[in-house]
Amino acid sequence: MTAGTAAERLVLGIETSCDETGIGIVRGSTLLANVISSSMEEHARYGGVVPEVAARAHLEALEPALRAALTEAGVTLEELDAIAVTSGPGLSGALMVGVGAAKALAVATGKPLYAVNHLVGHVGADVLRADGTEIELPTVALLVSGGHTSLLLVRDLVSDVELLGETIDDAAGEAFDKVARLLGLPYPGGPEIDRAAVGGDPKAIRFPRGLSLRKDMEKHRYDFSFSGLKTAVARWVEQKRDSGEEVPVADVAASFREAVADILLTKALAACADTGVKRLLLGGGVVANARIRQLATERCAAAGIELRIPPLDLCTDNGAMIAALGAQLMQAGHAPSGLDFGADSTLPVTTIQA
Amino acid sequence: MLLAIDTSAGTSVAVVDRDLGVLAELTELDTRRHAEVIGSMIAEALRLSGVAVTDLSGVAVGMGPGPFTGLRVGIAAARAFAFGAHKPVVPVVSHDAIAFGATEPILVVTDARRREVYWSAYSGSDEQGLPVRTAGPGLVRPDDLPGAVAGYEGYRRVDAESVSGASIGLLAEGLYLHKRAFAGNDALYLRSPDIYVSAGPKRVS
Ligand SMILES: [Zn+2]
Repeated sequence: MTAGTAAERLVLGIETSCDETGIGIVRGSTLLANVISSSMEEHARYGGVVPEVAARAHLEALEPALRAALTEAGVTLEELDAIAVTSGPGLSGALMVGVGAAKALAVATGKPLYAVNHLVGHVGADVLRADGTEIELPTVALLVSGGHTSLLLVRDLVSDVELLGETIDDAAGEAFDKVARLLGLPYPGGPEIDRAAVGGDPKAIRFPRGLSLRKDMEKHRYDFSFSGLKTAVARWVEQKRDSGEEVPVADVAASFREAVADILLTKALAACADTGVKRLLLGGGVVANARIRQLATERCAAAGIELRIPPLDLCTDNGAMIAALGAQLMQAGHAPSGLDFGADSTLPVTTIQA
Repeated sequence: MLLAIDTSAGTSVAVVDRDLGVLAELTELDTRRHAEVIGSMIAEALRLSGVAVTDLSGVAVGMGPGPFTGLRVGIAAARAFAFGAHKPVVPVVSHDAIAFGATEPILVVTDARRREVYWSAYSGSDEQGLPVRTAGPGLVRPDDLPGAVAGYEGYRRVDAESVSGASIGLLAEGLYLHKRAFAGNDALYLRSPDIYVSAGPKRVS
């Protein structure tokens, strides 16, 4: 090892901000374990994440996931250099389970504890790429899931993250769930819409692109809104049904998905152009959507922008990305968070470590 | 020697010993700071007691009844601590800790929020001094309490604002000593998680 480079730290990460209980273990930028226990099926009958259902599931999943992660990584608790936990943003009752557990685990083992930002964690996931290519900064990051839709400018993973914009109403993933529901498709909506859209015409119906008009762009250049889109789809479907016509599900799904992908990438590429940053990183569960990945690839290629998408199991919420960010913080010499931080459902992205 | 945690009301953390009694106890009454205070309170209770993690024989925890958000923090912390320390978890009904020591019939009542209360009835203590729960824990509107509890008039009502971690720990020691059953592993929420979930999609036009 050369002077000035810190040793790769062995860190366990705990993630409970939404409906996945994630425990990950990394050594520096090497992924050793990524155990995810999801309560998604329990939410299916409600058509969306029920915070109390998610929080109860975290309590039951936590210890088995901890055990499984240590086994998968082939390490013991005693060997860890630190523990990292998501302290926000997210569902407050869900976050508290992870925060309470992480603190107690830290005291029991005597390990330093890092409280980290979930959104920055999504960006941190990219350091774990198996191909060994290093994350290049600065980068614009577009994070899209059932819980968030955020556009960030990341100059430094551990010290300089700026929020460019975010959704002012629903998250993109929520819009997928709601549109799926009104088309009679099950939860979660993302993969269902993807399936239903096969063979559909994405140009069949021109659904509105939220916050894209000139007057909106002045105030909300990088912000997103999906509530109007969702209502427009609902109204269109209702009119078809009211007039006794069959709803062309494939066309509706394809057109809706096109609208979402278009809004997301138009704003993300505008951010790249405005900031002069020629890199775009995608993260969050909605990245699993085939059309969004495809459109991102096309538009980035056309604009000469380097596109990075971490592996899918590191895009959805997971503990490995939290561990990775914790390791980066520790290796950069940041002091641990102590034990007095709280779960903060609205933790700003500028607070990388609580 | 046990670390004992209860977050069914406020947050209370203690270190107790069957022979030496209460070695340390800390209580925070604020019912919205569980996740914030739990770590420091555990560390401080251990420091004050002078007991090392390796000297503990287990972690006692109040399983409720309690309003869910806070209750879960203590249980999650107890489980994680026990996992980290390679010790067992000893689950206890939180109301039993309030009744611990009472010799007459009592009715334990705690706040369940949403204009409801949790209750448990006890006939007193047995020959080992352990509380004898005859009914509950249950969940009712305060006005319905007399109807819900048989012989309501005969009980001394105890409205508790907090549950002592030390009582949780000492009760757990007593249960262990006299080979009694601990509480189950399920948190006693006594409420369905989906009571406020909205129905299907509404029309927009
Ligand atoms: Zn996320």
